[in-house]
Amino acid sequence: MLIGVLALQGDFEEHLNILRKIGVEIRDVRMPQDLDDLDGLIIPGGESTTIGKLADDFGLLEPLRRFGEAKPIWGTCAGAILLSKDVRRAQPLLELMDITVERNAFGRQVDSFEVDLKVPALERMDSSKQSFRAVFIRAPLIESLDGEDVEALSELEDGRIVAAQQGHFLATSFHPELTDDDRFHRYFIHMVDG
Amino acid sequence: MAKKNEKAKENGGAKAVSTFKVKKGLAQMLKGGVIMDVVTAEHAKIAEDAGAVAVMALERVPADIRADGGVARMSDPALIEEIMETVSIPVMAKVRIGHFVEAQILEALGVDYVDESEVLTPADDAHHINKHDFNIPFVCGCRNLGEALRRIGEGAAMMRTKGEAGTGDVIEAVRHARSVLGEIKRLQNMPSEEMMAYAKSIGAPYDLVVETAELGRLPVVNFAAGGLATPADAALMMQLGVDGVFVGSGIFKSGDPAKRGEAIVRATTHFQDPEILAEVSRNLGEPMVGRQVSDIPEEEMLAQRGW
Repeated sequence: MLIGVLALQGDFEEHLNILRKIGVEIRDVRMPQDLDDLDGLIIPGGESTTIGKLADDFGLLEPLRRFGEAKPIWGTCAGAILLSKDVRRAQPLLELMDITVERNAFGRQVDSFEVDLKVPALERMDSSKQSFRAVFIRAPLIESLDGEDVEALSELEDGRIVAAQQGHFLATSFHPELTDDDRFHRYFIHMVDG
Repeated sequence: MAKKNEKAKENGGAKAVSTFKVKKGLAQMLKGGVIMDVVTAEHAKIAEDAGAVAVMALERVPADIRADGGVARMSDPALIEEIMETVSIPVMAKVRIGHFVEAQILEALGVDYVDESEVLTPADDAHHINKHDFNIPFVCGCRNLGEALRRIGEGAAMMRTKGEAGTGDVIEAVRHARSVLGEIKRLQNMPSEEMMAYAKSIGAPYDLVVETAELGRLPVVNFAAGGLATPADAALMMQLGVDGVFVGSGIFKSGDPAKRGEAIVRATTHFQDPEILAEVSRNLGEPMVGRQVSDIPEEEMLAQRGW
């Protein structure tokens, strides 16, 4: 299995490190041809405006959309923004997933936080651990699920959605790559395994 | 005091703000990116559109601070707020070394990162700010590993090698990056029993020396800064092994800031691809005029500020 991580900007190295530990083949993706033969792709955290602009500048938007028609993609934070259909402002998006995202929904950096999340799908996969310690950095919220097949995977205590799945697309508001807990990465690899 | 703060914030599995993981996490999101100095909201918008991952809000770019002389202080909160309202990317702002009240003011404004910077006139000639006291994260400059680890010991969640700001001459940025990265390489091959004496000799906290040796890199994100003016300069620093770049006067003191900014962003992503670097370096117009570091008298060197 070969998993790519979009390496235009952001914490792609953190994702690559976790995948390396799990033991799958990895590749950093900077140009359209780097998508060839990948089985799945992760879009990392970073600045969504920067990543979107660089993807546009180097002709990656259409190849990424085509890739997403057939293969799984997981976006963390900025990656989730790029996967979404709508962020209520003009910036390049892949528009692959039927979700509306609100950027910087919790406020500025001073409002960034860690919290224990209930993620039933992870508990079903691996019952040895319970909650997932999630790190939110100037994080976006999944404001609405806009398709019948979009499922919320995790919510904050107040019910706001922070992780969602639609078929072979996965979006998380937070950064599993900043923790030692590799369950989300293994969950995505299961998705790729199909 | 800082330790006590963090405990209070981390009871059980509940929500915790301003942990060190969260502070250094924002810097991790900026990796592979370009942070641009801006002096107006209009500049900030140009920087965001050019692909900057963050902007540094200040009243004068370092080249002007150097030219004007006088005391350089924290910027007017009204200017910083206007920039915060204009862009969706993180906004950083500078305080004088040791000036913890300027930092309190920036925290009250809610800026995303504070730069305790040698570019401004120092407020304390012996001590830096205790950055653990704050909920917002700090970035600090360094010339060598000892200085970097002292700042991290004080709570800095991000480092930048200092270079020599406002010159357009990359030589000091190279010197400082080589120094920090070279010392880390040496540390990795050092027998563990030598680390205490080494920590003493470079004036660094022992536990951070050990952690750096284990990680094979600084425990926080490390950008390059000071004197970068071209896409090639940015790619040079990336190839030397930094995590991203600050560009100060190099963009808005050049002939075509939007174009140059965009080119530097592209070069920072594709720093290993000479063909792309050649492409993005074309027709950028006039670079900033610059001033050779070797012509600057030692007492005017900004990088020597920091203790």
